[in-house]
Amino acid sequence: MRQISYREALHEVLDYELQINPDVFLLGEDIGPLGGAFGVTTGLWQKYGNERVRNTPLSEIAIVGAATGAASVGMRPVAEIMFCDFLFVAGDQLINQTAKMRYMFGDQCQLPLVIRTVIGAGQSAAAQHSQSLEGLLAHIPGFKSVIPSTPYDAKGLLKTAIEDNNPVLFYEHKSLYNMKGEVPEEMYSIPFGVADVKRKGKDVTVIATAEMVHKSLRVADRLQKEGIDVEIIDPRTLVPLDMDTIINSVKKTHKAVVVHEAHLSYGPGAEIVARLADEAFDYLDAPLKRVGAKDVPIPMAPHLESFVIPQEEDIYKAIKSVVD
Amino acid sequence: MMNKDFAGEMLTTMIKIRLFEEKAVELFAAKELPGWLHSYIGEEAVATGVCLALNPGDYISSTHRGHGHCIAKGVSLKAMMAELYGKKTGYCHGRGGSMHIADFSKGMIGANGIVGGGIPVATGAALGSKMKKMGKVSVCFFGDGASNQGAFHEALNLAAVWNLPAVYVCENNLFAETTPQSEHQHINDIAQRAVAYGMFGDIADGMNVLSVYEKAKLAADRARNGEGPTLLECKTYRYRGHWEGDPQPYRTKKEIEEWKKKDPIRAFQQYVIENRLLTESEIEKATHDIQAEIDEAVVYGRKSPLADVQEAVCSLFV
Repeated sequence: MRQISYREALHEVLDYELQINPDVFLLGEDIGPLGGAFGVTTGLWQKYGNERVRNTPLSEIAIVGAATGAASVGMRPVAEIMFCDFLFVAGDQLINQTAKMRYMFGDQCQLPLVIRTVIGAGQSAAAQHSQSLEGLLAHIPGFKSVIPSTPYDAKGLLKTAIEDNNPVLFYEHKSLYNMKGEVPEEMYSIPFGVADVKRKGKDVTVIATAEMVHKSLRVADRLQKEGIDVEIIDPRTLVPLDMDTIINSVKKTHKAVVVHEAHLSYGPGAEIVARLADEAFDYLDAPLKRVGAKDVPIPMAPHLESFVIPQEEDIYKAIKSVVD
Repeated sequence: MMNKDFAGEMLTTMIKIRLFEEKAVELFAAKELPGWLHSYIGEEAVATGVCLALNPGDYISSTHRGHGHCIAKGVSLKAMMAELYGKKTGYCHGRGGSMHIADFSKGMIGANGIVGGGIPVATGAALGSKMKKMGKVSVCFFGDGASNQGAFHEALNLAAVWNLPAVYVCENNLFAETTPQSEHQHINDIAQRAVAYGMFGDIADGMNVLSVYEKAKLAADRARNGEGPTLLECKTYRYRGHWEGDPQPYRTKKEIEEWKKKDPIRAFQQYVIENRLLTESEIEKATHDIQAEIDEAVVYGRKSPLADVQEAVCSLFV
């Protein structure tokens, strides 16, 4: 099968949706002639014009509000927030408007909108351009949260996101944009709430998201040589969360480690281990472990940044601590 | 432009808002209604003048002080009152209450508990209308307090630069909650801010329904004709506190009484009688009918069933 990048996979879906659905449009900062800060919308402004691919002012409140209002009257906007760090410039719109409109108004409207945004460190972009904030809005009822780790998943999940009639937050990891992988040419959808087993194993379950999936896979190869067989599960969506797949794995391995780039405290891992403690306690033979970013802002200097962000060694140690 | 039917619609709309609000205040004081209440009494000419200048399909969005906008847009008093009672038959099935009434079937796309929070959303509705070529105007109501929010700035700037069919109606009632305008912004005319966005700014006498109607019609026509958004400031005054229970240490009774002399309903009644558009007995009958409709809405609200608690947790997503 052909190999394309995570960026190209996302681009293909946006291009396809703009082509087939006149209600779909894009809006965001620098998504026009430039093609977005990370190049995902490259060429789309030139192809579809500035009505369908809308370069916006630097106004996250207006971007989220405009997307929400347009969705409430029948459009299907796909907004880009350049970095997830900027999401909370539009905090009220997200938390008090977008998330609540349908429920609060007694189910009178649908809000088919997608907010694509960028997470992750690794580029020395420092404290305000490197966070992984996917857990924050997972706490607010009213959003679905998607966090793809591969080009294949990125394509199928973005297709589903645009087809969904609810607000969807779509988190793209900036270090994955150039990653290549097998992606079918035809369109396909990956349902939300269906985790993917990225590696089968029998000794320990690792639940990982975004770039941490790939770090965990490398650690698993290393542990294989030591006779430890790691199963790696990528939930792919945090809301809804596929606990069945995770629990089924834990029934087999009796041990679990959650790995994410989000900060450790109150992060998505806390939710997953809490649910495991609640729903799978009888199957566990070891303490539940979490690996996340240290609880400080992400520093700029490369050696400081990599110290704060989970590295393969951190994942290795966490896994070893539950299997030994 | 002014004929008997239209004058009647204007007057009865204002009376309906006033009587509905008086009833709501009474029921709230009697602890019959749960939640909080922000009365629109005194500002009736703004909602009425603006909404009567619109087409039925046009969008409006509203504020925490939103009952007047809903009524002027023609929503059902029964479903509104039932919502105030928190009943299943209310517009939001009891999930929204006074601050969150919406009736999408009437273009009323939602009241808002966040000051200024609805402005970007209304801007999005204008964008949707433009992109789908619906020919609808999106009107956003908000107050002087909201004009200091970042959301106001971002939304108006976007609407101007995208030439959206939006009308931003600032109900300047001179108080941001409990803070007088002179203490919360260094201008008197909020409409001046339109200049900063390169959009048309206008001022109406918010105690005069004809002034509001005339300016709103111009703004809506401009929006519909592709001439862009307008910031329309309506100078008005609320007779009651920011919320029911507000001790109002920030103003005097004398100030309130002075404003009541400009009462929009009394002024327009005089106008229609002097211009022989309606007779006193016609007004009396109309008022009587409105009171009956409100009383009927109260009975409906009281008697309606509560939503099942399971409904509170079953419809987050489509």
